[in-house]
Amino acid sequence: MKIMNCPLNGPRNISEFVWGGEVSIMPDPKSVSDLEWGEYCFIENNTAGVVREWWCHVPTSYWFIAERNTVTDEIVRTYPAGEIFNKRVEFAKQSEDKK
Amino acid sequence: MLPAFVPSGLFRYGFSKKYPARRHFPAPKDLKSTYDVVIIGGGGHALACAYYLSRYHGITNVCVLEKGYLAGGNTARNTAIVRSNYLTPEGVAFYDKSVQLYQELSQETDYNILYSERGHFTLAHTDAAMRTSRWRAEVNKQLGVNSELIYPEDIAKLCPSLNLSDKVRYPILGALYHPPGSIARHDAVAWGYARGAAEAGVEIHQQTAVTGVIVENGVVKGVQTTRGTVYANKVMQATAGSSSLVAKMAGFRLPIRTIPLQACVSVPVKPFLDQIIVSGSLHVYVSQSSRGELVMGGSTDPYSLYSTRSTLDFKEGLLGHMLELLPMLGELKVLRQWAGMADMTPDFSPIMGKTPVENYYIDSGWGTWGFKATPVCGLTMAHTIATGEPHDLIKPFNLERFVNFAQVGEKGAASVGH
Ligand SMILES: Cc1cc2nc3c(=O)[nH]c(=O)nc-3n(C[C@H](O)[C@H](O)[C@H](O)COP(=O)(O)OP(=O)(O)OC[C@H]3O[C@@H](n4cnc5c(N)ncnc54)[C@H](O)[C@@H]3O)c2cc1C
Repeated sequence: MKIMNCPLNGPRNISEFVWGGEVSIMPDPKSVSDLEWGEYCFIENNTAGVVREWWCHVPTSYWFIAERNTVTDEIVRTYPAGEIFNKRVEFAKQSEDKK
Repeated sequence: MLPAFVPSGLFRYGFSKKYPARRHFPAPKDLKSTYDVVIIGGGGHALACAYYLSRYHGITNVCVLEKGYLAGGNTARNTAIVRSNYLTPEGVAFYDKSVQLYQELSQETDYNILYSERGHFTLAHTDAAMRTSRWRAEVNKQLGVNSELIYPEDIAKLCPSLNLSDKVRYPILGALYHPPGSIARHDAVAWGYARGAAEAGVEIHQQTAVTGVIVENGVVKGVQTTRGTVYANKVMQATAGSSSLVAKMAGFRLPIRTIPLQACVSVPVKPFLDQIIVSGSLHVYVSQSSRGELVMGGSTDPYSLYSTRSTLDFKEGLLGHMLELLPMLGELKVLRQWAGMADMTPDFSPIMGKTPVENYYIDSGWGTWGFKATPVCGLTMAHTIATGEPHDLIKPFNLERFVNFAQVGEKGAASVGH
């Protein structure tokens, strides 16, 4: 059994988690070109090595970040998403701006 | 000491010039400094492409560079299922061409690939799966592919081994039945193409890894390898699970994630299962090989990894469902378990043809479903390299479709990896 350390729930069986893919920063939807948006949605680095990824602990619906080595399958570190995403995205304001 | 009775006929046969031993591949040579075409990767797709280039386009100054041993990647690891009952018209036309090529392949390469037509059953256990099956059957029939939705009474007649009881967690409601579904000897497919290509003049270099791609002003000039630099007019990569790493050497990224796909076989038993059985809802599939082993697989691992390790989780998940379909398997032991690195695309279709680098071609995104496409990939990529223009059958699978939002969604027909 492989164990992942959830920042909220502690060490749990990996089967309780869902992988969300590499963390990438969303370009500004207002100014981004179609090409850049397509790349953001679909194109991958698919790195062989340590990668920063989204993971979710399914029973508690808790999304967090894990640094994992995609060659050795070692989980290097897990932490709350707030460590990276520390600024509030004002979606309401953005949709106001669009009008 | 010789035995009293010397089988002299055997000796005469053995030493006769009339029956020389036919070498599979010529002994390795030194790498030349220049070729017309360099193919990165030595799997089935690369070898098929080399075969069609040398035999049908007269391009024989070709070398195939394989970092490990010949066809030791996913070509050696797949469960060898061949079928064309896909979901999109683009996919069905493409895979059906491959089935046709497979049916003639032992003749074409003069190499017995043990092609065995079994009939392919995709079981449906939910209303949603029944709807997808009906949809696939209609698309298939429109394009002349033998495929229909059948119900438990017919399944019982065609496949008596299957547990059709409704006293299970997911009773079988119906199946998409595809009579031409087949299995073949995967190594023989690669070896047949390799021998044919080598006899036409293609050089196959094993233990030769590509470590860099030389690009000048957007045009490919050659590759760096662990045995020195090789120049070429045209280069193709067909490196399956390593596609993103090789593309990165050429300077571009792909919509691919490398995710392991695992499989296992049971100890051999007497033949009892002619058919190929797949369950989309249970995410398992099984067929019986000509040696008697039950060959079993499922969906890809739950997360990306550049590794071919096996897990207990996979076996538990797979066999739990398998026992519901074929309860008598409870007596059998698993003999071997393994994995390959699948190059998964978001729409479950391949990425083929031109790339942002001029004269640099790609055959990738083959994920869990590329063995069946080996002949048609060889045929169409050889055409594309020889003419510089993508073959009609692969136009929908171009790399730009992701940023043009023109995906070819095959998930409904390809999510169980086979
Ligand atoms: C468990 C499993 C079951 C499957 N079952 C089926 C099935 O039933 N039906 C089906 O249609 N498909 C199936 N597939 C998918 C199928 O196996 C693959 O899509 C197909 O074999 C890909 O062939 P290929 O020649 O492109 O790749 P490969 O055979 O993987 O060849 C790629 C080669 O490139 C080499 N390479 C990589 N990097 C370099 C480098 N830098 N330099 C030189 N060489 C390099 C590798 O060593 C490798 O030999 C399955 C796959 C797996 C793993």
